[in-house]
Amino acid sequence: MSAYKRLSIRQKQIVWAWLFLAIPTLFYGLIRFYPTGTAFVISFQDWNLLGERTWTGLSNYQKLWNDPVFWKVFRNTFAYLILGTPVSLVISFVIAYHLDKTRFMHGFLRMLYFLPFMTSAVAMAWVWRWFYQPVPIGLFNNFLASAGIPQIAFLNSTTNALPAVLAPAVWAGLGFQVIIFMAGLRAIPGSYYEAAKIDGVGWWTVLTRITLPLLKPTIVFIVVFSSIGFLRIFDHVFNMTTNNPGGPLNATKPLVLMIYETAFSSFDMGYAAAQTVVLFLILLLVSLLQLWILKGDNS
Amino acid sequence: MTAVSDTSELPSVKAETVLSARSRKPANLGQILRWLLLFLGGLLMIAPITYMISTSLKWPHEIYNVNLIPEEPTIENYTYVLEDGRFYLWFINSIIIAVITTVSNLFFDSLVGYTLCKFRFPGRYIVFIAILSTLMIPTEMLVIPWYMMSQSFGWLDSYWGIMFPGLMTAFGTFLMKQFFESVPDDFLEAARIDGLNEFQIWWKIAMPLVKPALAALAIFVFLGNWTAFLWPLIVTNSVEMYTVPVGLSGFGDEVDVAWELIMTGAAISTLPTLVVFLIFQRFIIRGVVMAGLKG
Repeated sequence: MSAYKRLSIRQKQIVWAWLFLAIPTLFYGLIRFYPTGTAFVISFQDWNLLGERTWTGLSNYQKLWNDPVFWKVFRNTFAYLILGTPVSLVISFVIAYHLDKTRFMHGFLRMLYFLPFMTSAVAMAWVWRWFYQPVPIGLFNNFLASAGIPQIAFLNSTTNALPAVLAPAVWAGLGFQVIIFMAGLRAIPGSYYEAAKIDGVGWWTVLTRITLPLLKPTIVFIVVFSSIGFLRIFDHVFNMTTNNPGGPLNATKPLVLMIYETAFSSFDMGYAAAQTVVLFLILLLVSLLQLWILKGDNS
Repeated sequence: MTAVSDTSELPSVKAETVLSARSRKPANLGQILRWLLLFLGGLLMIAPITYMISTSLKWPHEIYNVNLIPEEPTIENYTYVLEDGRFYLWFINSIIIAVITTVSNLFFDSLVGYTLCKFRFPGRYIVFIAILSTLMIPTEMLVIPWYMMSQSFGWLDSYWGIMFPGLMTAFGTFLMKQFFESVPDDFLEAARIDGLNEFQIWWKIAMPLVKPALAALAIFVFLGNWTAFLWPLIVTNSVEMYTVPVGLSGFGDEVDVAWELIMTGAAISTLPTLVVFLIFQRFIIRGVVMAGLKG
């Protein structure tokens, strides 16, 4: 204690800072960085969780390259991204744009749109799974039947299953995006709109020349946030296809589900680790793209 | 309004329409139509939730019926699911895990955020970059090493095993750091002169000033852990240790076509967060905006 008292204020600050950071530093080292390194190392090894870990060089990556299931999964993962991101972006913008202009019971309407964000993906995946069942069980097909429209095979069809699994994921994320868009819309100074009003500019010009350009940071944020979410889709797919995960015929299988099965059903740890490295690289690319776009915005 | 018109260069009529802005105009047909469409869209948005609750209140023979209001409502499904006892266990597990993880994040994320924000010390920049870079590492990449760790330390199938990866988050740390920026250094300096030590300054002076941010972080961490699925699915293997999502997933498979029971389980796992949301609605939405834009 007397040694501490002799320290200068600045030195005391250093002691306190590292005292505060001691446990967190240990945590980030052991629970984040060390495992990251381990994942890379295992991706160059062959290991079934019980036996010896043996070095195999690039063979896991070669296996991945030649695995038709991987390429199917790769296409699915990007299909979730390419369908999900623009659809949720457009829908949430349209809702936010009109909600922003509505005063009557504004809070109530906003609550309706935000409520799905508070649900659990697993619970809602099961609800939607019930919606998609054939007659006489599923809600959608029952509605179609009562309207005299032929039945649609949702989860049993190789072409319809992926969009059907994606729908609840888009639905659950809309509320968050609407709220973020509304915050972005509120941040646009009212003087721009007043000036446009005085000039007698039409609503379409206001939308495309004022609103959308000024919303660019918000749009970039939502695109990146939802893209990363769709690339990591798992809960919905797993729960809507538990009888045949990722089926039918791998038509809905995303990369995270393939990782889960390779690691914890086939116990091929090295191969699964190589798949996680690929996921890491894809997500890194998306994040760097975001930084690049935002930087271009400043210059 | 009249006070403005004499100094304004615009004709007074025009000044009035500009000043009254969006709110005071009487509703026209377009606005009524807009409201109705938004209302219908909102009902569609909550339809999965309303149908989930409606079906959980139906007898098995009625679930084939698309009507929203059950003809003979029953709480039989809830009695059945709760008497089974497992949901009760999973519920307790999920609450314990979500609460402890939330408390841990509130404590450590704000401590680290505060230290990075208010202290100048060697190694500060390295720690900052290191924590920032963990945002780039996806959880899915870490589950295999975490599983190995849990296996060798005997953490599999335990609360600690489910919780340890989420005790601190880089997201929470940077959220808190952002908010500590708005705490004036003079406050901290005054407390220092009053003889408080650095821990007391953080805990008693700085923390109360960032309560809204702490609340926002708490909502995010709690919701995230309440709904977490992949890691609890991997690390648990006995039914008693499941969390609600993991338990519900297995339960759905087990009862197969008894959709009224699945909807009941889904409702039980969803209702707590919905009720919390309905109570703290305005507060939660503000928190989400803060976390979304600053984090």
